[in-house]
Amino acid sequence: MTRATRSTAEMIFITLAFVFAGALLVVPLAVIFAFALREGLGVYLANIAEPATLHAIGLTIFTAIIVVPINIVIGVCIAWLVTRFRFPGRQVLITLIELPAAVSPIVAGTVYLFLYGGQGLLGPALQGAGIQLMFTVTAIILVSLFVTAPFVARELIPLMQQQGTEDEEAALSLGANGWQMFWFVTLPNIRWAILYGAILTNARVMGEFGAVSVVSGSIRGQTNTLPLQISQLFNDFNVTGSFAAASTLALMAVLTLILKSTLEAKGGWR
Amino acid sequence: MNKLLATAVAAIALGTSPVFAQPTDILNASYDIARELFEAENAAFAASGATTTINQSHAGSSAQARAVLEGLAADVVTFNQVTDIDKLVEGGFVSDDWASEFPNNAAPFYSFPSFLVRAGNPKGIADWGDLAAEGVQVIFPNPKTSGNGRYTYLAARAWATEEYAGDEAKVEEFLTKLFANVPVFETGGRAATTAFTERQLGDVLVTFEAEVLGVRKQLGADKYDSVVPSVSFLSEFPVALVDKVVDARGSRDIAKAYLDFLFTPEGQEVAAANFHRPSDDAVLAAHAADFPEIRLVTVDEAYGGWDKVSAEHFADGGLLDKVFVNQ
Repeated sequence: MTRATRSTAEMIFITLAFVFAGALLVVPLAVIFAFALREGLGVYLANIAEPATLHAIGLTIFTAIIVVPINIVIGVCIAWLVTRFRFPGRQVLITLIELPAAVSPIVAGTVYLFLYGGQGLLGPALQGAGIQLMFTVTAIILVSLFVTAPFVARELIPLMQQQGTEDEEAALSLGANGWQMFWFVTLPNIRWAILYGAILTNARVMGEFGAVSVVSGSIRGQTNTLPLQISQLFNDFNVTGSFAAASTLALMAVLTLILKSTLEAKGGWR
Repeated sequence: MNKLLATAVAAIALGTSPVFAQPTDILNASYDIARELFEAENAAFAASGATTTINQSHAGSSAQARAVLEGLAADVVTFNQVTDIDKLVEGGFVSDDWASEFPNNAAPFYSFPSFLVRAGNPKGIADWGDLAAEGVQVIFPNPKTSGNGRYTYLAARAWATEEYAGDEAKVEEFLTKLFANVPVFETGGRAATTAFTERQLGDVLVTFEAEVLGVRKQLGADKYDSVVPSVSFLSEFPVALVDKVVDARGSRDIAKAYLDFLFTPEGQEVAAANFHRPSDDAVLAAHAADFPEIRLVTVDEAYGGWDKVSAEHFADGGLLDKVFVNQ
């Protein structure tokens, strides 16, 4: 079958795909930057340099720096556990990992409030001990950990199942200890999947609105993450400032995606 | 950035914000559309020589009351409804004599539901009765979720009760028509404003006069006109110290100094400049050009107090539900 000429139907579908991608993806992204820059580059930079926005950018990056490594470790542990061992409740665990991805983020936030809030289950005891979790940076990190918990394990489990245990068994039979086996055999086999999961985690942490909005308290300059700050600026009729803040988030997302495609091209595991 | 990191690391290590013997910052939990107002008030407070840092948290007034009950460590609350402070009294966060701790029942400024119409007032809206006319679309927030919306309901009902000389059937007919004219009920005051200005919904926006005048200033006096009805409902914006928090943090003095400032001529001047009517008569008189005369009924005159309003009007199956058929 020759590919030299494409049928009309094919051309129509390809055109449609590009039109939809353009209308649904490229145009909104372009609008963000057009609005952000509509009063000139000077105003744009001043909007980003506004202390509350600058703080929100810092807080969002800080949250990602804490959450992504923790969830990589948790994800690797869980994937290791469910693909290398057989134990009662294994299927239940595999289903449970998916839970944070299945529930609405606002529900996740509310659950944390019911657990750790002043009127919640554990909140009063914590407050008695002088520990305040809700409406602090800690709460933002906790809900971010929750909503992004599945991403790394989700990437790893199918891959590790498919790879099987032959390499590891070979390493062990050749005298490697458990740590050497993990470091020199398992990890190189799964590193691209880990990175891919980490990138997904990072994207979600930076963009999370629903769960964070419930537990953050939205204190400007303290617990306002970038998505919350964007929404507040918009509600304050500061549309240009809002889009300027949004553009930084969009930039981070685009960088993440570029990183992801680079890794995909390089890793070629898919 | 270093400071942020240090604070955040400390917060994680301790699981809490660090507690200093002498706090130099306080948190003001406030309602949604008051960001511009308190940015200006806080700048004026600093200019008056105060060294206290005022942090701001803004959301719907009732949502903020809930957050404080759940542990949002606000030293002071500046709400738009007395009933939201009552919730904190019930929860043991605010002492029950809070209203007598500051002048004027602890309400430094007030506003009332008023009208914003499109330039030239094409539908000829002059008073509450015009909002129930056929073919008029009205925007105001949902009274079930928004204090702003509740004030609007109470103001419209107060007007109708006078207009129809207390004939309850006619009052309810008017209110039912009014609610039927609302194409979409937003959950908060600012969302209703955005629906009217950005999404171009409706012929008239009913919201606080402070918001009406603020929108005209922000978005252009040539695009919108302000219409003041013949009568409206006094909407006092109360403030209170959150005793539980200020006692735990040792911040009572600086928190009280901040709230006291709101009642000073300087603080009142800032409120007036941001279109909130000041409780200080002298400052109000100085801004008479911005604030036309209006007759305002109070909750006690028209409804016999907030407790009665809550029980008779806003409880499930209450009088609001009888006219709010399109909710």
